[in-house]
Amino acid sequence: MAHIKKKKSKELPPVSTASLPDIVFMLLFFFMVTTTMREVDLKVELSKPTATEMQKLERKTLVTYMYVGPPKEKYAGKFGTEARVQLNDAFAQLSDIQPWVVVEREKINEAEQNQMTVSIKADKKTKMGLIGDIKLELRKAQALKINYSANPAGSKELLYSSTNY
Amino acid sequence: MAGKRAIPEINAGSMADIAFLLLIFFLVTTTMDVDKGINRKLPPYDDQLLEDPPPIKKKNIFEVLVNSNDALLVEEEYLDISRLREEAKRFLNNNGDGTCDYCDGAYRDPASSDNPDKAIISLQNDRGTSYSMYLKVQNELAAALNELRDELSVRMYGVSFVDLKDKDQIKEIKKMFPQKISEAEQLKVGS
Repeated sequence: MAHIKKKKSKELPPVSTASLPDIVFMLLFFFMVTTTMREVDLKVELSKPTATEMQKLERKTLVTYMYVGPPKEKYAGKFGTEARVQLNDAFAQLSDIQPWVVVEREKINEAEQNQMTVSIKADKKTKMGLIGDIKLELRKAQALKINYSANPAGSKELLYSSTNY
Repeated sequence: MAGKRAIPEINAGSMADIAFLLLIFFLVTTTMDVDKGINRKLPPYDDQLLEDPPPIKKKNIFEVLVNSNDALLVEEEYLDISRLREEAKRFLNNNGDGTCDYCDGAYRDPASSDNPDKAIISLQNDRGTSYSMYLKVQNELAAALNELRDELSVRMYGVSFVDLKDKDQIKEIKKMFPQKISEAEQLKVGS
């Protein structure tokens, strides 16, 4: 009997990894599309308040960001726990706001400088005293378009019941 | 003699590693959060204007006070935040002098605002008010206005205000229900 017995391997064939790059590239593109570049290294605690009536910030080039909140734990020893302003990558005084606005405005195309928007990203526990002072500084610096950054609230009821502290 | 030599295939085995590297780079340097918020315009800074404010009838002002305990005082009465929207709508949509021909279902309370164009919301807060509460109040006031604009837009053009495409129509609606929120100097009672 010339029956040739095929050599059967008992082991499972290895899983093909040929499509792995495709899968990873898909993930990569997903993240590239859905996320935005991180502008600065946050040095303050930031848990934004919630709101429902929000507009999306169009034209990223016209927007500059300002962060307000209590310093993160690792900076608390040096800067205390009271809410502070962060401009770019450093803590700042209220008096630094005006020169900062001037510098930021210079970065924008000249024809559109009057459309500059300052987005205030403040922690919800911040007292309005500080925010009011910031607003006054912004008015003095002629940066009149502002945006109070907030997270979307799930529903009206959630918004009312959410605590302020 | 071999005429053609086959070009060897490029090894794609490390493709996954390269893609992973890129993926991790993007994961680290980017954030998920969308930039959304409530847009407001600040009044220009001018010392002289403060000394001579233009006369406004008291009934055309909707006074909203927030104290350092985050409690609301609206038109000299305590009010819960959940009712602010309704009260603001009633005030903005009031047709006191009867000149507003687009105020459908409007209240005609002669003691309240004359018409939507004259109605001004005055917002004052304490230095001790929390930012969260302040934003909630701003949100409710914006919501009141947006709801009124929405209703008007549906009546006039059959689509809600956010879906309006025509710039002139948007302008028209905005003119009929203008956003007039005036913010007074902060109080320094609490905190």
